[in-house]
Amino acid sequence: MSPDIRKTFHLDGVEIPFREGQTVFDAAMAAGIYIPHLCHNPDFEPHSSCRLCTVIVNGRPFASCTQPAVAGQDVKSDTPELNDMRRSLTEMLLVEGNHYCPACEKSGNCRLQATAYALGVQYNHYPQFFPHRDVDASHPEIILDRDRCILCGLCVRISRRVDRKNVFAMTGRGITTTIVIDSPSGLLVDSRVSRDDEAVQHCPVGALMMKGEAFKVPIGERRYDTSPISEDSVAKFQAREVRLHG
Amino acid sequence: MVREEPHPAMDPVREILEMHERDLGELLQVLIEVQHALHCVPDEAVALISDHLRVTRGHIRGVIGFYSFLSDTYLGEYVVYISDNITDRMLGSDGLAIYLCNRLGVTLGKTRADGRASVHFTSCTGMCDQGPAALVNGLPLTRLTRVRMDEIAKLINARTPVDQWPAEYFRVEDNFRRSDVMFRRTPEPGAALKAAMRRGGDETLKDIQYEEAVDPSSGHAWRRGADETLKELYRSDLRGRGGAGFKAAIKWETCRDISAPERYVVCNADEGEPGTFKDRVLLTSYTDMVFEGMTLCGYVVGSSRGILYIRQEYWYLRPHLEAVLARRRDSALLGRNILGTGFAFDIDIHWGAGAYICGMESALIESLEGRRGKPRKRWPLPVVAGLNNRPTVVNNVETFAAAAMIALKGGAWFAGHGTTHSSGTKLFCVSGDCDRPGIYEYPFGVSVREVLRDCGGLEAQAVQISGPSGTTITRLEFDRILAFEDLSTVGTFMVFGPTRDMFDVVRNFTHFFRHESCGLCTPCRVGTSLLASLVDKVAAGKGSPMDVEQVQKISQIMKTTAHCGLGQTAPNHLLDSLVKFRGDWDKRMVTTEFVPAFDLDAALGEARALTGRDDALAHL
Amino acid sequence: MARKRKIATCSLAGCFGCHMSLLDTDERLLELLELADFDRSPINDIKEIRGMVDIGLIEGGVCNVENVHLLHHFRDHCRVLVSMGECAITGGIPSMRNHHTLKACLEESYIRGVGVENAHIPDDPELPLLLNKVYPLHEVVQVDYHVPGCPPSADTLWHVLSALVTGRDPRLPTTLLRYD
Repeated sequence: MSPDIRKTFHLDGVEIPFREGQTVFDAAMAAGIYIPHLCHNPDFEPHSSCRLCTVIVNGRPFASCTQPAVAGQDVKSDTPELNDMRRSLTEMLLVEGNHYCPACEKSGNCRLQATAYALGVQYNHYPQFFPHRDVDASHPEIILDRDRCILCGLCVRISRRVDRKNVFAMTGRGITTTIVIDSPSGLLVDSRVSRDDEAVQHCPVGALMMKGEAFKVPIGERRYDTSPISEDSVAKFQAREVRLHG
Repeated sequence: MVREEPHPAMDPVREILEMHERDLGELLQVLIEVQHALHCVPDEAVALISDHLRVTRGHIRGVIGFYSFLSDTYLGEYVVYISDNITDRMLGSDGLAIYLCNRLGVTLGKTRADGRASVHFTSCTGMCDQGPAALVNGLPLTRLTRVRMDEIAKLINARTPVDQWPAEYFRVEDNFRRSDVMFRRTPEPGAALKAAMRRGGDETLKDIQYEEAVDPSSGHAWRRGADETLKELYRSDLRGRGGAGFKAAIKWETCRDISAPERYVVCNADEGEPGTFKDRVLLTSYTDMVFEGMTLCGYVVGSSRGILYIRQEYWYLRPHLEAVLARRRDSALLGRNILGTGFAFDIDIHWGAGAYICGMESALIESLEGRRGKPRKRWPLPVVAGLNNRPTVVNNVETFAAAAMIALKGGAWFAGHGTTHSSGTKLFCVSGDCDRPGIYEYPFGVSVREVLRDCGGLEAQAVQISGPSGTTITRLEFDRILAFEDLSTVGTFMVFGPTRDMFDVVRNFTHFFRHESCGLCTPCRVGTSLLASLVDKVAAGKGSPMDVEQVQKISQIMKTTAHCGLGQTAPNHLLDSLVKFRGDWDKRMVTTEFVPAFDLDAALGEARALTGRDDALAHL
Repeated sequence: MARKRKIATCSLAGCFGCHMSLLDTDERLLELLELADFDRSPINDIKEIRGMVDIGLIEGGVCNVENVHLLHHFRDHCRVLVSMGECAITGGIPSMRNHHTLKACLEESYIRGVGVENAHIPDDPELPLLLNKVYPLHEVVQVDYHVPGCPPSADTLWHVLSALVTGRDPRLPTTLLRYD
């Protein structure tokens, strides 16, 4: 048996144990402390692009999803300043796309929306961009609505690493960045995507959705209608920890 | 799948593909060559490239969409990019761009209906000391005037091939105005490398078995030479010249000490920081020093492969660079048997395709691997796992040149110049409102005032140090010194005379960052856009103190949360300007009250045009 | 007893759903009337605010000249202005037309549409001219509070209104924060 000398760091004054190789994010979530995040799904490799999970480690900001936990470090996360920045980042995501929650089937199951609830977003301080983005409804079973895309890159990463199909890629640059499909026509219907692909299961927003499944669960009874994203994320993370590490 | 019929227009693409290995790392180079050949990368070409390199079309489209100089639509027989740095603007580039558009009958950014030409703006082309500048079909045009634009329009309308245009149009000067100890005399090619190897003892250069010699435990003189050279580098305290100032010796040693089957030496010649052009001059006139520094690095860290990653704005240097490399191979300064020691090292050139972000080392490496140039996750560092996940030294052009001199003259010699924390000398790229723009070499620690005196710019009200991502300083600060401990800089030194409106500078920089944000992270992607809109609003006389507050808040968010240096430093100039040139903001504010985010009356323009109405009720 | 508050409401580019939700507060409306009077509002059909009111509730985004004028009227006459519902806050469903040019929208309706006779784009000066896009309220005037929801539930509206008339913090608890 290994001696019980668990390494720890401090998160908002609380001592958090961690395993060698764990990130600040993983250790915090395992300990039951929610750090807001959108581009990261703990089942896949982190990407550190949405920046919501930014924490202050020994006085310097880092994305907690890619920052290795180090014994003795001092981490701040649940501070008014950081939560204010997270709220602003969420608002930035909301204005750069076209997010019509009342008309979106993902409403209630949407991580962007639920994160905005958790951070108390009552309106967006920034002007709406109202960008022109294409909807790809060519596929009989799957719809890609770029209006709702937050460029988290999950579909790109999962299609490459897990499905090994490379159906999705990013094109453009800066504010014109957008999802592009690997097919001769650039349409989903001509691609190798299928409804069983992991890549189409994990879109945090309503950008990639299955057709024919609308309103199976009524508005008001969906995942984040019934349980806040903070609790839901932590519970799922801890269940995963138990599954993988006992 | 149905095979498509061979498309004769795609023959150049097939020829290009035959010249390249079937490797993802070749993708960007292939796309650049196709773009040069066809002035676009059409879908048919994407299909061929996809087959040849075994890369998905989605990936290829993603790469095309990322780089400014690649296009999936036809840009015309003549493609003109007008350099849009503030120094070009101060010399009238925006007026000249409109003038050329009018002479050619084109709309900015749109290809003429007959496919003859298109005119675009592009980020700084690195000709700030001889602007206004532009590129035509990849070649630099300098010192543009209206008369020159008339002539250019005529040549384009007459379909005169660019290689038959007067050479004078393309003349690029070094303008090396002041040299100090480093760039006074160019050393003999090979001298630094020989000096480095001799540090292990005289027998180093005689008849060695490379395989044995490279083994660190062999204690071989050849190996000792490398180790002694690294010690000299430590003694020199050389810090990276690309801006960040990381100690070169630590980087080299780290790379050397990681066990790996292969390691790389990459020279960063992306030089995208607006107002910077020293790497262009070094690669023009001190080319051997740079390549020698790279080779030396290969010797010290145990690498056989060097890569020069150079921005496409300097495409015109290609024949020169290839010629120098060929000469060095002929003189056994590159290749399989360098100086007869059996040491193998060679240098390839990789071209960028118009992306400021690729000056950041992990983005540069992504670009080398044939991907979109987005920065990687913070860890691991490129020196641990860089190109192809191998240890990779990425250093600036000037750093390699300095390393060569250190090998030749010793670390103590180098450390004898400059300041305690910033050893050696530094190249400064002086442009803007001064009598003698160009390259100036000074020991670190020189004051801003001294540089201004030498270049004839003492009248200045401000100097932008280290480009848009750097620091704006005012007259009150001209005694500050250029060194890592005070004004840390990549070398950019843009001078703004007393009559300049500093808000125009802010606006140009803000638009630059919006254009160059890679789009990976939220704060930079959205923040740069929001900042540009807010600055435009103030520029239009519609700003209020509330907008200024927003600028400050967004800037703070970017500084704290952006993924990489681009987003973290993009608001620097705004925050500086708000403190130091607040008057240029305030004079544009008409009210302290809320002002709508958009122009209400203009928002009725479309409806007025559609209904033909112009009555009082049709206005706001 | 504290002075009775005055409330005004209106709908711009909205569907009156938010107003319906306001009516859904049911008997609590009577409670509200103890503390406040309704000035201009579709509920009582008063057309213009007389003097100043304490609270202005606005439903819907800004899509035409008339909306802009009414919004300005409210801003000028309300001490506290509240954006009520998604359309007021983001532009909402009407702003889906922002994906198209105004020309395309009007031609679809008045030129190429099914069953259109005497095809022409209406140009009567009586008609309020359309803005190129539908905008959220806070891009046109300063707005003090925002109550999201499509519509905000009766409980949400009650939470905000009762807080405002009694001087409490009207910010919404997470349980009442919904965008759908």
